Amino acid sequence: MSASRGDVQTIVAARHLADAESVFIGVGRPSTAAILARAIINPDLVLVYESGTIGAKPTRIPLSIGDGELAATADFVVSVPEMFNYWIQPGRVDVAFLGAAQVDPRGALNSTVIGDYAAPKTRLPGAGGAPEIARGCRRVMVVAPHSKRTFVERLDFVTTPTAPVAVITDLGVLEPSQAHDGELVLTQVHPGVTADEAREATGWPLRVADDLRETSAPTDEELTALQELLSR
Amino acid sequence: MATKRAHSAQLLALSDAVASLVHDGDSVALEGFTHLIPFAAGHEVIRQGRRDLELIRMTPDLLYDQMVGMGCARKLVFSYAGNPGVGSLHRLRDAVEHGWPTPLEIEEHSHAGMANRYAAGASNLPFGLLRGYSGTDLVAHTNVKFVECPFTGEELAAVPALRPDVAIVHAQEADRRGNVQLWGIPGVQKEAVLAASRSLVTVERVVDELEPRAGGVIIPGWCVDAIAEAPRGAYPSYAHGLTERDNDFYKAWDKLSRDRDEFLSWMKEHVL
Repeated sequence: MSASRGDVQTIVAARHLADAESVFIGVGRPSTAAILARAIINPDLVLVYESGTIGAKPTRIPLSIGDGELAATADFVVSVPEMFNYWIQPGRVDVAFLGAAQVDPRGALNSTVIGDYAAPKTRLPGAGGAPEIARGCRRVMVVAPHSKRTFVERLDFVTTPTAPVAVITDLGVLEPSQAHDGELVLTQVHPGVTADEAREATGWPLRVADDLRETSAPTDEELTALQELLSR
Repeated sequence: MATKRAHSAQLLALSDAVASLVHDGDSVALEGFTHLIPFAAGHEVIRQGRRDLELIRMTPDLLYDQMVGMGCARKLVFSYAGNPGVGSLHRLRDAVEHGWPTPLEIEEHSHAGMANRYAAGASNLPFGLLRGYSGTDLVAHTNVKFVECPFTGEELAAVPALRPDVAIVHAQEADRRGNVQLWGIPGVQKEAVLAASRSLVTVERVVDELEPRAGGVIIPGWCVDAIAEAPRGAYPSYAHGLTERDNDFYKAWDKLSRDRDEFLSWMKEHVL
């Protein structure tokens, strides 16, 4: 079975949730990865969506964080103030899975604006829940496409100051290095990807770990489950 | 603050309710977090030609894309302005990036900030309190200050209470005395209604008696000014248990809202 780089990214993101108690997710690839993790890796994983659905058990990939299936299958549903004040802020959710338009060398995120704030080149959706989710959850993981547009030396706008434990891209995995003051270092490349390719797709001189690992290839079980999920 | 309300909500036609409650220049919050978005009421505001509104909403969604694109708004207060799972809100971006059809002032927060602003408004407190905003560039561009906890000395973010002139929300049902019940994702609707000076609730149906529902949120008729029946009034959003979210429409909007003329002709055909 062959997997696209996007599929590998989703599967690697799902594997990162193997020991997670709960995960806070938005829509898109992070959500797909979390649903996949619950399906084949971690059946007890509690999926938390910012719409207020806690313990949602979607069988299909929701288009929005407020799709009816999430509310219908949740353990319970709470209001937005309760979600942020009782569940996020006190640190009751384990992992935050976040995406962003820009990621800097320490993993801070921009989802607000490209260019100048007052005269933007591209106006992005804005903060949403990200700043407080990143601050409240115990661990932050970022899922983002690996390109120079995304991985930039300096953010145009700091939406979410955070220090992720892992940044999972379609080329590999970046992790903070204590030896380099928390800078993200390439620690893992997906099958068929070289460190040079990842370096070229990064907007700063990307350091590569001495013990660079190769992602173990997606198993048939992982791929079948993902393709089933995507086709529903 | 909401002190002078009628003793029970009036049951009105949607057009009469909007005409009596929403005026040019008002600050108006139409809430509904992905679920129960009051599209029918927003479309009525557009048809009545309201201008210079300060539109408040956590997730502007397609409804505010339409209201901004039709020139209703002077200012937008929000925390996430996207078409969820699809991409950008093109009319809103056009207003922010190019001032079309009119320039749009923006005030943006995080979701936690907005939620606490509504909760403070509903509580009749001057501000909401949270751990947040610090270290973000939002601090330089929005309305937030930092205060010290009088007990521990911890620095906390303070956000001003939201007190909209009008709140408009959609719910599944109301009884004839104007008591409202909604269920499914409750969002921030109760807080928005309680924070606002005036309020309108559109409902899928008016019933003789509200039947208790699991997870049901009640807003009593003595906290609401007007109820208007608007069946399918959340479309293309949905009313849990009664209607389905039209995800295909959300995707289609991405294309038909990109071009100004195509947008205007769609609005003429389907809303005006």
